[in-house]
Amino acid sequence: MSEEFKVEIVNPEKSFLVKEDVSEVVVPAFEGEMGILKDHISIISFLKPGIIKILSKSGDENFYVEDGIVEFKNNNLSILTSSIFNLNDFDKTKQQELLKQAEDEASKPEINDQSKYLVDQKVEVLKSIN
Amino acid sequence: MASLDDLKKRIASVKSTQKITKAMKMVAAAKLRRAQESAEKGRPYSEKMNNIILNLSSGISDKENSPKLLSGSGNDKVHLCVVMTSDRGLCGGFNSNIIKKAKSYFTKLTESGKDLKIITVGSKGNDQLKRAFGDKIIANISFKESKHANYFDAEKVGKMVIEKFGAEEFDVCTIFYNQFKNVITQIPQAQQIIPLNVENLEEDKSEDSYEFEPDEDEILSNLLPKNISTQIFKAMLENSASEQGSRMSAMDNATRNAGEMVDKLTIEYNRSRQAAITKELIEIISGAESL
Repeated sequence: MSEEFKVEIVNPEKSFLVKEDVSEVVVPAFEGEMGILKDHISIISFLKPGIIKILSKSGDENFYVEDGIVEFKNNNLSILTSSIFNLNDFDKTKQQELLKQAEDEASKPEINDQSKYLVDQKVEVLKSIN
Repeated sequence: MASLDDLKKRIASVKSTQKITKAMKMVAAAKLRRAQESAEKGRPYSEKMNNIILNLSSGISDKENSPKLLSGSGNDKVHLCVVMTSDRGLCGGFNSNIIKKAKSYFTKLTESGKDLKIITVGSKGNDQLKRAFGDKIIANISFKESKHANYFDAEKVGKMVIEKFGAEEFDVCTIFYNQFKNVITQIPQAQQIIPLNVENLEEDKSEDSYEFEPDEDEILSNLLPKNISTQIFKAMLENSASEQGSRMSAMDNATRNAGEMVDKLTIEYNRSRQAAITKELIEIISGAESL
């Protein structure tokens, strides 16, 4: 029996990626990284800034996300996100730009604890890329 | 009767108007295709979002303490209406249809003693509502700079709505937009987004229950604001497709009308030219006869 399942990433503007031959997906869920294999129990969770790793026969892919929701059901993994970038075409300038934005936001005085946590995460992840 | 010269000028002017409307129709047709495409591409996101929310809200155990965005503030006093129109005119009944729908809703609200607040998206709606409901408009947002409807803009509107809801400035929020059915038909819609009308969502019966991480409440309270933006974005996509469709058919009509007018004017021109020639001939003949 094959150990593959389907993953679909959609953002508001289009269906970003559909892959049928995925063996494992690692998502940065809110309470820590989560690896999803075939026949995982149905789950809904949301994402914090981080890297999505998609492992499949046709090659591995990495994506940077800022937020989103994951839903896994009947061996269908749906990831809804409004900001996602493929790490392959994620260049230095883009990274610096996002990093600067995040740092600006983090230094705002009126920021609350939860968003501060998220922004800090974002900064950390962005710094770790490259 | 107008002189020959006048007629000639009028024909020329109608013809150049026809050229313009024809060009606008072409542009609208090209834009329509793109807008329609992006509306279709955007659909999976909002559908999935709806499904997840549905699954969540049916699984929620404690209805009393569910997030306010879902259950409402408990009152039904102040209504916020987001009226979404275009920034440009010359698109047939597109804007007036939304405004008409919105106005009748507004009148109903005021008659039943509810308070009304309006946010207009797009400058045309603002222009038309300013006269009758100027004092109710609390904000006007316009995206003249952005070429296509994009999620970033929708999020801006969404955040504004949520902020105002958080500050308890209103109890119920409704958005008005045109739903794209086909090129000739657009249906003005009023959709309530706060509190969320769960019954209206199409039910996707799922037997298995979900695991939630973290718990339902937290996911819901994270998801609902996103859903607001998504709904607004969906409305924006539908609206932009509708706008182009409506403009296309309006410009098509205008081109056809201009064609008819040119035909009519040309006949009139020919007739009066012939009359002038005949008159001249009669003059010459009767002049010759009298000799």
